[in-house]
Amino acid sequence: MKQLLEGSQAVAEAVRLCRPQVVAAYPITPQTHIIEHLAQQVANGELAAEFINAESEFGAASIVLGAVAGGARAFTATASQGLLLMTEVLYNIAGLRLPVVMVCANRAVGAPINIFSDHQDSMALRDAGWIQLYVESNQEAVDTLIQAYRIAEACELPVMVCMDGFFLTHTFESVDLPTQAAVDDFLPPFHFVRTLDPADPMTLGGGSEADNYQEYRSAQQAAVEDAQPVIEAFDAEFDDRFGRAHGGLLQAYRLDGAETALLGMGSLMGAVRDVVDKLRDRGQAVGALRLRCFRPFPAQALVRYLSGVQRIIVLEKAISIGAGGILASELRAALHQAGMMTPVESVIGGLGGRDLTPQVIESVFHETSRDEMGATFRFAPDHVMPDETDHG
Amino acid sequence: MSVFHEIRFHGRGGQGTVSAAALMALAAFEDGFESQAFPKFGSERRGAPVEAYVRISSTMIRAHNQVYAPDAVVIQDAGLLRSEALLRGLKRGGLIILNGEQNPDSESRDFRWICLPASQIGERHLGRSLPNTVLLGALAASTEWVSPGALEQAVTKLLASKGETLIKANIAALREGVGFITQAEEVVA
Repeated sequence: MKQLLEGSQAVAEAVRLCRPQVVAAYPITPQTHIIEHLAQQVANGELAAEFINAESEFGAASIVLGAVAGGARAFTATASQGLLLMTEVLYNIAGLRLPVVMVCANRAVGAPINIFSDHQDSMALRDAGWIQLYVESNQEAVDTLIQAYRIAEACELPVMVCMDGFFLTHTFESVDLPTQAAVDDFLPPFHFVRTLDPADPMTLGGGSEADNYQEYRSAQQAAVEDAQPVIEAFDAEFDDRFGRAHGGLLQAYRLDGAETALLGMGSLMGAVRDVVDKLRDRGQAVGALRLRCFRPFPAQALVRYLSGVQRIIVLEKAISIGAGGILASELRAALHQAGMMTPVESVIGGLGGRDLTPQVIESVFHETSRDEMGATFRFAPDHVMPDETDHG
Repeated sequence: MSVFHEIRFHGRGGQGTVSAAALMALAAFEDGFESQAFPKFGSERRGAPVEAYVRISSTMIRAHNQVYAPDAVVIQDAGLLRSEALLRGLKRGGLIILNGEQNPDSESRDFRWICLPASQIGERHLGRSLPNTVLLGALAASTEWVSPGALEQAVTKLLASKGETLIKANIAALREGVGFITQAEEVVA
């Protein structure tokens, strides 16, 4: 049934439908409402989980690590500095191949301190071995959260569902929440074959030296790579059961016959699609490609979708300081590997909550690429108020 | 028929500005529209200026941007007019619902002003000078973007945990806001 819900509440309801047995978190803006709703559900007896308000994000991540190793389905959520404080544990969760699911309510990283949204926090964790799925809407956040448990448990890999802080977490919009019965059918109970059990002792996370450490990494790399068809398959199965799909690894919009493709991740892509419609109406051959799955990086799928375009503009809400656009760099490598020399313009914007408005997106499209020596990216212009000089 | 309205709410922390936006969006949703409400993301403090936005549409709303060119602006505290550019981007002919006795800005004749003493009305019903549901009643009655019945449903839903007394008082306040438009002449500057 469709309801008008705040994004945080919608995702908390989705978590409840997945029946986690342990929820551990430390509150941080803009994740707070998600955790408040979960705490309320546990207090009301609507969610039969152990709710642990941890002493820090490091503690919260450690608790879900232990919970999943002990065979429980677990959930945590964080953002920004909180995610960075979890970093050491998140690498361990991935290395131990534990199917933890978390929400990152994407927020900028300090200094300067900033509570608003960009993708710097989760992008900083891109090498940790977590699957990362970036959602565009609150409906997709709900559906992806449910898919995330299925993917995590099938692949024995952790999944991070990345939803833009405020732009999604604090927005009321209509969401169709699946029924408990339908979710139970889609997501069977969690049976972890490597569950730690005092009755049958074994070691999880033993040491490894030079003779086999690299083989662990190689196996982990293969497992994350192999998750690509699984992510696609579960999105397709979700579509069969619930009538909604979100593109699997990536989602094209009016790319047929497009000369220019606008590529990006997360909530900004709604405005991008509006801009594509407007430009198409004016006869511009432009389309959009939304990357839903950033890890594993779907290089081949990207190449396939972008093989017909002559210009690619990558809009990204994070920066690798000293290098530039992260997504653009990885895309260039993928294209190069496929023998393609399509120009990729890297545009960094929306940092620290700055709104990437339709006007800004359109102006980025109209700007011609500046092939300055060594300039591999540019910053998006700031928003200019419509009719600013008219009145007011 | 294609419908698309954007509204910006201005108020101060503690005046229920974000709640007003959520109520409006919920009412539109109850009336069968797609809708969206969200606050301007700031550190919430009592008394500090607060903004919130609403979109109402007959089709799916994809953008998650702030509202820059609203069709209507709701001002919960007239004092904000002195320090904030509250009318920025407001479309020509756009509607201003002001919690105040009269139009304080005679320069802005491009717009349609509706001024009502919403704090006093709110005080009478709620025992606190909360203007939000009164202004929502006036907004609904003057625009017909949502039905007063849907607004009452939204109040009942959103305030469900706060108890019957508060729901009834807010509905009474809302109805007086509606009545201000339907019974009295508009105060046009």
